[in-house]
Amino acid sequence: MTSTTEAITGGRLMVELLEEAGVEIVFGYPGGAILPFYDELYHSKKIKHILVRHEQGAIHMAEGYARSTGKLGVCIATSGPGATNLITGLTDAKMDSVPILAITGQVATDAIGTDAFQEADIFGITIPITKYNALIKKADDLARHFEEAIKIAMGGRPGPVLLDFPKDVQLEKTTVRKAPSLKIAPHHYERPKVKGDPQEFADGLNQAKRPLLYVGGGAINSFASAEIKALAEKANAPVTTTLMGLGAFPGTHPLSVGMLGMHGTAYANKAVLECDYILNLGARFDDRVAKYQDFAPNAVRAHVDIDAAEFNKRINVDYILHGDLKDAIREILPFVKGGDRTEWIQRIQTLKQNHPLEYDNSGESIKPQDFLHRVYTKTKGEAIVSTDVGQHQMWAAQYYLFDKPNTWLTSGGLGTMGYGLPAAIGAKFGNPDKTVICVTGDGSFQMCIQELATIAQSKLGVKILLFNNNFLGMVRQWQELFYEERFSESQWTYNPNFVKLAESYDIPAMRIEKKSEIDKGVEFFLKDNGSALIEVMIPAEEKVFPMIPAGKSQQDLIEFKDLGKLKK
Amino acid sequence: MKHTLSILVNNHPGVMSHVSGLFTRRGYNIDSIAVGVTDNPEISSMTIVLNGDDFVVGQVKNQLLKLPDVLRVQDMAYASSVQRELVLVSFSINEKNRSEALTICNGFDVKILEMTEDSLLIEFSGNSRQVTNIITVLKPFGIREISRTGQIAIAYRNQNAT
Ligand SMILES: Cc1ncc(C[n+]2csc(CCOP(=O)(O)OP(=O)(O)O)c2C)c(N)n1
Repeated sequence: MTSTTEAITGGRLMVELLEEAGVEIVFGYPGGAILPFYDELYHSKKIKHILVRHEQGAIHMAEGYARSTGKLGVCIATSGPGATNLITGLTDAKMDSVPILAITGQVATDAIGTDAFQEADIFGITIPITKYNALIKKADDLARHFEEAIKIAMGGRPGPVLLDFPKDVQLEKTTVRKAPSLKIAPHHYERPKVKGDPQEFADGLNQAKRPLLYVGGGAINSFASAEIKALAEKANAPVTTTLMGLGAFPGTHPLSVGMLGMHGTAYANKAVLECDYILNLGARFDDRVAKYQDFAPNAVRAHVDIDAAEFNKRINVDYILHGDLKDAIREILPFVKGGDRTEWIQRIQTLKQNHPLEYDNSGESIKPQDFLHRVYTKTKGEAIVSTDVGQHQMWAAQYYLFDKPNTWLTSGGLGTMGYGLPAAIGAKFGNPDKTVICVTGDGSFQMCIQELATIAQSKLGVKILLFNNNFLGMVRQWQELFYEERFSESQWTYNPNFVKLAESYDIPAMRIEKKSEIDKGVEFFLKDNGSALIEVMIPAEEKVFPMIPAGKSQQDLIEFKDLGKLKK
Repeated sequence: MKHTLSILVNNHPGVMSHVSGLFTRRGYNIDSIAVGVTDNPEISSMTIVLNGDDFVVGQVKNQLLKLPDVLRVQDMAYASSVQRELVLVSFSINEKNRSEALTICNGFDVKILEMTEDSLLIEFSGNSRQVTNIITVLKPFGIREISRTGQIAIAYRNQNAT
């Protein structure tokens, strides 16, 4: 720690530390216990503050910003109810390894533990859902905690950190300060040396006849897309990605087999069954992908991860490389030989032809798959897409082909309804020149709908694609298939007029119901860089296929064409 | 199977919750937990005894190592470490069984801390099995109160000794 002669308040120091770390934007909501900090923020010329309508919105915005830019996302809340409104987002960021710094106001240190007004033990509450958290007891400790917090948030496997900042500490003067040695810029943190034997790793790949690369969200966090592409092309190996890994490898690349898992493509899931070498690059054998120990039953398994605790956690593997993915692949690459994989590539082609993504587009109604495909074509695949959770999320994952990393924002691990709209807002702030589309459902949209005001207030160009089936569609799908069509509490008997609602926030809006209106709808929706909402009425019966029923594995995949079988 | 984990952690508030939280998360019951500061006031040593198979304990160990405040985790094999627990027991005696009680205490290397007309307060330390044994032996006298510290452990330096 270095000292300057001039003593400044904790609040002032926090603002300066944020500025020095390179933070340009924060998302937050003020309140009594954080007012001294807000008062200092008022004077900052470098940090833009976005006033949200609910703290859950603030943290999802920070997540969308972080995930789309690779930088640290920062959110601010007051003590008590403000802080507890961050809980869902913190859990979400922990599950999906998103680097977030949450700063929460806290009651004054002498009131802590007395059930003071707006007091909550947010430090205790967030222990299991943060990567690191601290209660700052003295202004002298702030610089140390801040440095530690961003290092931990950005370093290794990224994740959320929380600094709880009592009101009196915000006012207390200190001379103990130090500019953060870490900048929040992407991939700026120190990376430990890769542990393991890259040659042995590559040998396995070289010997394989039917290798498959299985790419997860870690690829996005480590900015390893170029390396993955080089590896796939050099080894001539097909690539499948998880939901979190979409965009880490171009979805339009000839070697791409799309997404795997519960609603992945049939060909990706079949390739998993047939491959003889599976190379996990920054994925975590999530239970929606690898249900049982017999995952990839005929394959030698290899795993690269920055988090050692992921090794052999759910699925045992034969080879392990511990380290940052980008660095690890760079070490593997020189040992990789380009084998003749014509037969395997041919086999993949056949699988693709025989088991395509399918839906029935013959009727008069609008099919979400069709609509998404048109949006994909119209945007040339260059939009940043966020989603909420449900059927629309899976359709978007299937029908919008992601070619670039950091363009797909979805709540994968926690499955948080309400994530989509704020995440899109955060992404738009981070990428003002890109088209940002939030794909949502009538259920999810209503969970953070108040953030429409944040769009309006900032005159932000966020596009909202709302699929309205008047149902909690994914819930309905399960009830239809596995609960004998008992639609317990999944149908909306009341929905607002979404078009009028959007218009009341000065967001141009339109509803379409018939196929003949699709072109007009897509045109309206994407016509300029401004905000817009399109409400697309879709049939409630429409389902997401393929599907691996819960608790089953790759062998039990149900395709669109098997639907008859399923319903008996 | 019982495992004894010896964990070195930074001596900060909240670290204990972080560590025990990892066990809660997986639904494990901690059999005992003993914490004390080491010769370095910045560092505490925790000994946690839990039941679980090797896979489970391996996972817990991996997760513990992820916590920034955890400095070291050692899974103590029984044969290669000293394990001790301290217990204080107060139990009833009467004229008839007083000398029997005293004989037991002598035999077990028990320290007598207080003797009244109708009670004995004793201190005993040993491995957890010995502690359980002494409690079993004293039970028929009528136990009034027990306080156990939970187990602590340290590995032998010479790991080749049998
Ligand atoms: C906060 C939250 N509550 C409940 C759920 C459970 N859930 C998963 S999908 C779903 C239905 C989503 O409906 P909608 O947003 O309309 O999307 P659709 O499936 O119709 O496309 C529900 C209720 C969840 N994922 N998150």
